[in-house]
Amino acid sequence: MAVSVPVGQSESLRARLARALDNAQVLGPLLAAPATAILLALLAYPLFLGIWLSLTDASLGSTAHFIGLKNYVHLFQDPVFLGAAGYSLLYTFGAELFKMSIGLALALLLNRQFRGYRVARAVMLLPWVAPTVLSALAWLWLLDPQFSAISWLLERMGLIHSYIDFLGNPWPARVSLIMVNIWRGIPYFAIGYLAGLQAIPKELLEAAAIDGAGAWKSFVRIIWPLLIPITTILVSFSSIWTITDFQLIWTMTRGGPDNATQVFTTLAYQRAINGGSLGQGAAVAICVIPVMLVLSYFALRSIRETR
Amino acid sequence: MNKLSRRNFMKLSAGGAAMAATGTLLGTTAPAWAADSSYKPMFPIEKGAKLRLLRWSQFVSGDKKLWEQNSKAFTKATGVPVEIQWITWTDVQAKSALAAQLGSGPDMIMGWYDDPFIYPHKLVDVSDLAEHLGKKYGGWYHVARSYGYSDDEKRWIAVPVGASGAAMTYRQSWMQEAGFDSFPNDFDGFLKFSRKLKKNNHPLGLALGHAVGDANTWTYWVLWGFGGKPVNEDNHVVINSKQTREALKYAKALHETMSPGVSSWLDGNNNRAFLSGKVGCTMNGISIWYVAQNQFPKIADDVRTAANPIGPVGHPTTFNLFTQAFIFKYSQFPNAAKEYLRFMLEKPHAEPWVNAMKGYVTPALQGYADFPIWTSNPNVTPYRDVLKGTHFDGWAGSPGKKAANALNDFIIVDMFADVCIKGHSPADAAKTAERRLKAIYD
Repeated sequence: MAVSVPVGQSESLRARLARALDNAQVLGPLLAAPATAILLALLAYPLFLGIWLSLTDASLGSTAHFIGLKNYVHLFQDPVFLGAAGYSLLYTFGAELFKMSIGLALALLLNRQFRGYRVARAVMLLPWVAPTVLSALAWLWLLDPQFSAISWLLERMGLIHSYIDFLGNPWPARVSLIMVNIWRGIPYFAIGYLAGLQAIPKELLEAAAIDGAGAWKSFVRIIWPLLIPITTILVSFSSIWTITDFQLIWTMTRGGPDNATQVFTTLAYQRAINGGSLGQGAAVAICVIPVMLVLSYFALRSIRETR
Repeated sequence: MNKLSRRNFMKLSAGGAAMAATGTLLGTTAPAWAADSSYKPMFPIEKGAKLRLLRWSQFVSGDKKLWEQNSKAFTKATGVPVEIQWITWTDVQAKSALAAQLGSGPDMIMGWYDDPFIYPHKLVDVSDLAEHLGKKYGGWYHVARSYGYSDDEKRWIAVPVGASGAAMTYRQSWMQEAGFDSFPNDFDGFLKFSRKLKKNNHPLGLALGHAVGDANTWTYWVLWGFGGKPVNEDNHVVINSKQTREALKYAKALHETMSPGVSSWLDGNNNRAFLSGKVGCTMNGISIWYVAQNQFPKIADDVRTAANPIGPVGHPTTFNLFTQAFIFKYSQFPNAAKEYLRFMLEKPHAEPWVNAMKGYVTPALQGYADFPIWTSNPNVTPYRDVLKGTHFDGWAGSPGKKAANALNDFIIVDMFADVCIKGHSPADAAKTAERRLKAIYD
């Protein structure tokens, strides 16, 4: 026997659904739901798990017990953590400053059409596209205290008498790692700035030239102000990647010598994975979040302003 | 005679490719012990068992060949296939941590130092196996027991395999040039020797970066040599002692004789520096001499090894890179895994393995000190005794998570680096180490 469905009720349900879907306040969240679910599963869950772990005494394979802020109290009394926090900030801001300046200079050069400029643009990207571990290993050889090609060259040129100990003393090691990060990150800035430069209307620069503005004045008054929005985006994203850099430092120094090049990520790994103290490792990693939030705020704001 | 048809060839090729793709899925070859009808499994192997082992890649070329050959013999004898995954030794720790946390992964892992003590309750009780091997082969070295027996769990959580032993590797001609007829056997003599080497431009090279093996090895050796120790028998921090300060003073003097750049050395730097002639002496496993023989024939005859000099405490204090095998409780085939480890560590298979490595791994069983390989060449002999009378990293306390944390945080290495690199006074460096150790132990 067939079951009869009341026609009026069915229509009414369909009509209600159609009306609801016409409402942007319903349709919007509904369409965003799959993406939101993915974000919650892949980003929010690990983040909150990390925060939870940092408030526990969790260790590998053990049950976690809530201990409040004990891990953080311990960290802020730990000279190794304080050193790592300091170097993380220095590493990030030092590298960003130079990456931005050199990237901009390179973009200005590559913005001109000279013979082979296309090849030059492609070659410029190499440090950015090479796997980090490979480039870190190459730099490890270049900065090796016994076999450094840089020291060899300088010695041949008569500029030094013994090989430079790039990674063996705290400050040279810190500076060397920042230099390698700069080398790796310049292409990102250069290509970003190149896109920004090519978006500047030529008429503006021509008008300025007709009015007698020189290259420097054009740069200061026209080019740079127009590049500020993209600068904010480039710096914000690059800073986020730099402060979370792990591979380069772990491959080259493992945070040594004497913890001089320890950063948030290497210390978190050392404590959580090597030492098995998940709670303390998580607390170290969570300490990056305030910095990331500030950087993300600027990045998102500049994206909105650019629109 | 069987003809190899195109179809059969394709089948064989596909099989070979599949084996290559899955790592080393071991099939069957002529067994050693398995051919002997006396072989009987000690543990009741589970039906349909198959095993996965994660272990560190070889340091010397003979290791992998023999380990696989022995594994094939095990498969032949028991019908249990064994898949071996070889990874860089410093990556094993992260992989085993992941396995412990997730509760899935390889059945067995060959790890380092006190890794199993970080997650002891996740590991299968191997007391029966450890006691069997110990009884049969002259007992375990005391230090080996520290890496396998958990006082907290009151059982064996890992089977000690052995140590990548630490001894001195030097150039005979440069030692003679420095005015020494034989390698110094005490700390004072060693300092004089290294000063002479430095003067002759063949300096000493000992890693002081965050080198998991090489930096820990020599710093603990010096610390213990003066009687210093991180903690006492009650796990109370006692690093800030007169003995520690003496050790740091000595290390500072020794560091001044070393090659520039040792402060950044990671594991591997000293091997390259020695083989290229940049340093005249270093502390290492037998691998430098092994590689020299195979790849650097011009210097091979001049390379010598010697036992580490003894400090004021009057007995050897060598700290070795120690490896052990452990089985996770999530394994469906714990008996097969135990049987595999037994098979590999019993004399018929352990001896050819150690022979193939020319003693790169010094077995944890005292009875294996009479293998003929140890006296086959004077350069091998020092490695025979590296486990005698020495300690594990958390000595004089008990093995466990705290000792593992202290080692993994490089607290002792950093203490030496504070003095040698940063120029801190021994007293200040010892105080810093004390604070860091107390944060772990108290």
